[in-house]
Amino acid sequence: MTAFCALLAFDVRLSFRRGADTMVVVGFFLLTVFLFSLAFRGDTALLARIAPGLVWVTALLAAMLALDRLFLADFEDGSLDQLLLSEIPLELVVLAKAAAHWITTGLPLIAAAPALALVLNMNGAGLAHLVLSLLLGTPTLTLIGTIGAALTLGARRGGVLISLLVLPLYIPVLIFGVGVVTAAIDGMDASVPIMALGGFLLGALALAPLASAAALRQAAR
Amino acid sequence: MTDHRPSVGRADRLIARDIACIRGGRLLFAGLGFTLAPGGVMLLTGPNGIGKSSLLGILAGLAPPAAGSVELPTDTGRIAYLGHGDGLKPLATVAETLAFWAAVNGPGDPQARRQAIEEAMEAFALGPLAALPCRYLSAGQRRRVALGRVMAGAARLWLMDEPATALDGAGARAFDQALAGHIAAGGMAVVATHAPNALDGAEILEIARFAGTAPRFADPDTWGPSVGQDP
Repeated sequence: MTAFCALLAFDVRLSFRRGADTMVVVGFFLLTVFLFSLAFRGDTALLARIAPGLVWVTALLAAMLALDRLFLADFEDGSLDQLLLSEIPLELVVLAKAAAHWITTGLPLIAAAPALALVLNMNGAGLAHLVLSLLLGTPTLTLIGTIGAALTLGARRGGVLISLLVLPLYIPVLIFGVGVVTAAIDGMDASVPIMALGGFLLGALALAPLASAAALRQAAR
Repeated sequence: MTDHRPSVGRADRLIARDIACIRGGRLLFAGLGFTLAPGGVMLLTGPNGIGKSSLLGILAGLAPPAAGSVELPTDTGRIAYLGHGDGLKPLATVAETLAFWAAVNGPGDPQARRQAIEEAMEAFALGPLAALPCRYLSAGQRRRVALGRVMAGAARLWLMDEPATALDGAGARAFDQALAGHIAAGGMAVVATHAPNALDGAEILEIARFAGTAPRFADPDTWGPSVGQDP
């Protein structure tokens, strides 16, 4: 447990100290949605209609931007070998890395979401459910991303490969994430897509560390 | 997925049995075996590319041997491994780095951990560098931090790949002293080196004795699928 906390704290501290990951993700998220709102600025009805999908697709792409950093530095500087040989199970290492990654990219992204709800004329219920769906959905994105990041270690141009590997797996999260916000905006019951998102998160929590750890062991050979 | 990690044996020694290593489709060495008892040092020597690093990786369990088996001592706990990479983060200070790795790999008791870190910093004269981010360190200083990390860990078995690379005279002496202290306390070490130092009782394993019969620099077209990562 000490080791898990140390790993999490060390990664979070260094990532915030560097700042680039957080800034790139949040900056891309804000700018892209803002560009859309400018492009369709005459048509607020259309913007309001596409807002849930627009925010979710952009969040998904933004979350992917920093994925290649997840294990790459550790792989290149030899830290990964050290972690492989430590007594912490590699699955827990993956979990700590994923948690640190989510805290430094996912959480800031969620914090930026209310600003976009304003730009897109989203109502209160829509905003609340947007934040809720992102809270449930973005950790799943990060966890699935760890698999892609681990599999592409050592490959040239791994960043592009990660997108191709991971984006298809993001589709269910996207569908139900948008479902939550759309239902809330239309004043309907959103509990089913919320439960689906929760289920994805639990599934990813259980399976992604196993898959990523196996890929990391392979990469370290 | 098969678990290729070395098994933990019943003896208090490190036993390597009949190990073969294939890299990039060619046989580096085969039939390599040795035993290392507590308080023993094994120096791996041989020319570049003979397989010193590969052997260390196999002993550590990072890569599976093509044949043979490795048996770790019962009470090794963790293995301290020092590879080519120093494993230092550019933005972390020296003190943070040592504290972090000690929390991951060091003694469980916080008091003992603090003391282990202090001893390592003292041994490798890291005090003046403590507050410096690792990106400002020279190659030799980075090596000293990496050696400090090994020392602050609670491992009985040290596996080291060219530990004295980039070290100055004082640094090399500090390393010799640290290794001697580790051995005196009943530790074990396997050290790949080009400069076998005059450490008392160190055994020397000349890997060339077990070298594969295939030509060392074969025609690349005949190589099989790459076993390791990209060079």
